[in-house]
Amino acid sequence: MPTPDTQARELKFRDPVRARQLAEALAREVSAVGRAPVQVMHVCGSHEQAIARFGLRAAFPRDLQVIMGPGCPVCITDMPEVDEAVALALEGKRVATYGDMLRVPGTSRSLADAQAQGGRVEVVYSVTQAVEIAARSPEDEVVFFATGFETTAVATAAALAAGVPANFSVLSAHKYIPPAMEIVAEMPETRVEGFLAAGHAAAITGSAVFDAFVARHEIPVVIAGFEPLDILAALVKLVELVKDGKADVVNMYPRVVTREGNKPAQAILWKVFRPVGGRWRGIAHIPNGNLRLSDDYAHLDARRRFRIDLSRLWDQAPPALSARCICGDIMAGLKQPSDCLIFGTDCRPETPVGACMVSSEGSCRIWHTYGGMPDLREVRQ
Amino acid sequence: MTPGPTPSGERVGLKHGAGGRAMRTLIEEVFLTLGGPVDGVGLAALDDGAALRLGDQWLVVTTDSHVVQPAFFPGGDIGRLAICGTVNDLAMMGCTEVLGLTCAVVLEEGYRREDLLRVRDSMRQACQEAGATVIAGDTKVMGKGELDGIVVNTTGVGLTRRLVRDDGLRPGDKVILTGTAGDHGLAVLAARRDLRIEGDLVSDVAPLNGLVRSALDAGGTEVVAMKDPTRGGVASALHEFASKARVGILLDGPTVPLSPGTMAAAEILGIDPLLVANEGKALIGVRAGAAERVLAAVRAHPLGRRAAVVATAIPERPGQIVLDTGLGKRILAEAEGDPLPRIC
Repeated sequence: MPTPDTQARELKFRDPVRARQLAEALAREVSAVGRAPVQVMHVCGSHEQAIARFGLRAAFPRDLQVIMGPGCPVCITDMPEVDEAVALALEGKRVATYGDMLRVPGTSRSLADAQAQGGRVEVVYSVTQAVEIAARSPEDEVVFFATGFETTAVATAAALAAGVPANFSVLSAHKYIPPAMEIVAEMPETRVEGFLAAGHAAAITGSAVFDAFVARHEIPVVIAGFEPLDILAALVKLVELVKDGKADVVNMYPRVVTREGNKPAQAILWKVFRPVGGRWRGIAHIPNGNLRLSDDYAHLDARRRFRIDLSRLWDQAPPALSARCICGDIMAGLKQPSDCLIFGTDCRPETPVGACMVSSEGSCRIWHTYGGMPDLREVRQ
Repeated sequence: MTPGPTPSGERVGLKHGAGGRAMRTLIEEVFLTLGGPVDGVGLAALDDGAALRLGDQWLVVTTDSHVVQPAFFPGGDIGRLAICGTVNDLAMMGCTEVLGLTCAVVLEEGYRREDLLRVRDSMRQACQEAGATVIAGDTKVMGKGELDGIVVNTTGVGLTRRLVRDDGLRPGDKVILTGTAGDHGLAVLAARRDLRIEGDLVSDVAPLNGLVRSALDAGGTEVVAMKDPTRGGVASALHEFASKARVGILLDGPTVPLSPGTMAAAEILGIDPLLVANEGKALIGVRAGAAERVLAAVRAHPLGRRAAVVATAIPERPGQIVLDTGLGKRILAEAEGDPLPRIC
């Protein structure tokens, strides 16, 4: 009879027996490809979180490389975007943002540094909370420094569409992931043969958003959920597509994702935002990768409401250590945290040098939290 | 040793009291120089307590201050915690008979007398369970706002013929966890955030000297290491086992007992139950041949019913904990600070 322990642990998507079967299927598919290594990429910090937390890399076959792509919205927020928020805070605006953004380095300072210098920075858990601050303090200009992929951008859009106080504005650093996959797919160094797409983002955009991408690049995309079995099953499917040379979009997260996605959410997203090109930190200029406020919402755009003077930030040189940070290469999937000379030594969660060590979705932070990810396949009692 | 240079202007943070790496660094850099050579176990060992040779016995001494917030939490309060914490530190050295405890209380001006009586009553109850008495005490009051309510310090002394240290593991040895992991930390956190989780999310705070006595009677000299996984949780205690004995430890995740309430709270809050405090659990390292015998003895004790063999010492990866999640393997890193300051 199962004890309360085993009962509660028999969570459907964490069943070790099923996991072992999937890991075996994955090994079979990888060896059936007939060449090594097979390289696939995920583009979501939450996927890396689950892979790391459950130690899945030790269950992957050696000839499969699951590369971490640009899946951390905090990490790819470009320095000038952080600088804009820092400048606004130092000018006396109240900058509200997610906790992860506080310690992301700008050119010379982070928002935490700005706070220490008397800037007004507040951590919020949602855009709604930022709106509430503005409603409570009509005498203050409240700027919401908005980060996140389309999943989070929808929440920002919904708040703006619902109406906000006159003293509220948005400094958008929201990003849109599909164009970044285009860039990464074209990078000659990465040789990505298939993508694992993020289930929560696809819940908004729908699986159909990847159709054109798949056709253009002839590369398969599998949409995956975030439980260990979701990831293993999606990888089996992805490698199978690679083996068969099939450039298809396959939805392995049908309990959440549909082909059309969330239509009302898409409507509100594209009403409030428009895609523009911009740099993603460490990666490249991504055409249509940044979400900026549309003309209908221009009056709520902090970039248009205020003249943001970045020159006042140039009094301080960038920290010397930042020259040794390889965050950019890690986010482009070219390197791993363990390739970095300052990983876990000079760069740690309490003293981060690069953005990847700041955010809970950053590769370096995740690898550090879960022990640095050495190869543990051979360890047994 | 010479303490490393401290950058000027550096200040103590909450992480320095959280039982993890930061705290150990602070102790090593600041306090370790106070310790000198002793005949026995002194400060430098950074064990649960000290042991001084007294004829053919060991005088075991340990001290602990308690600052838990909130002071009253599901399953206990600061009074019960103050007695159990010190009794357990003695027990982890192999000293299961408590000669006496001292109790020093610092109160904030305006502290409610009825709360103080509640704290006193729980101390008395815990003393009865542990077979211990308070033999000396001290009381101080500070001005309003100068501290948060109440701080309780206890010191314990006892005698034992055999010391059990925390550095005795060899490859092949087994580690028993005497019950469910993470209950105290998550119960206190849930109380702090007023998280209403259905079911039994209660602190495990309890005196362990009786249970340890059963384990030692059954295992004798084959009990080679003991530690109570308080701040920093099971992960931190296993790290000390591993680094002091220079072995690796393979932790079999699915065998770690968890209560349903703790598991639910941990999942909701995104906190690993292996990284948070226990106040009524012990990790007992035993030679493989004695593991079943000691496990049976522990399980026969009312506080050890859910005990399980959870880990094995291995020659690979000395100083590190490898966690087998049942789905794969990873390193179980030590808590950096703690998600939960002022947990005990």
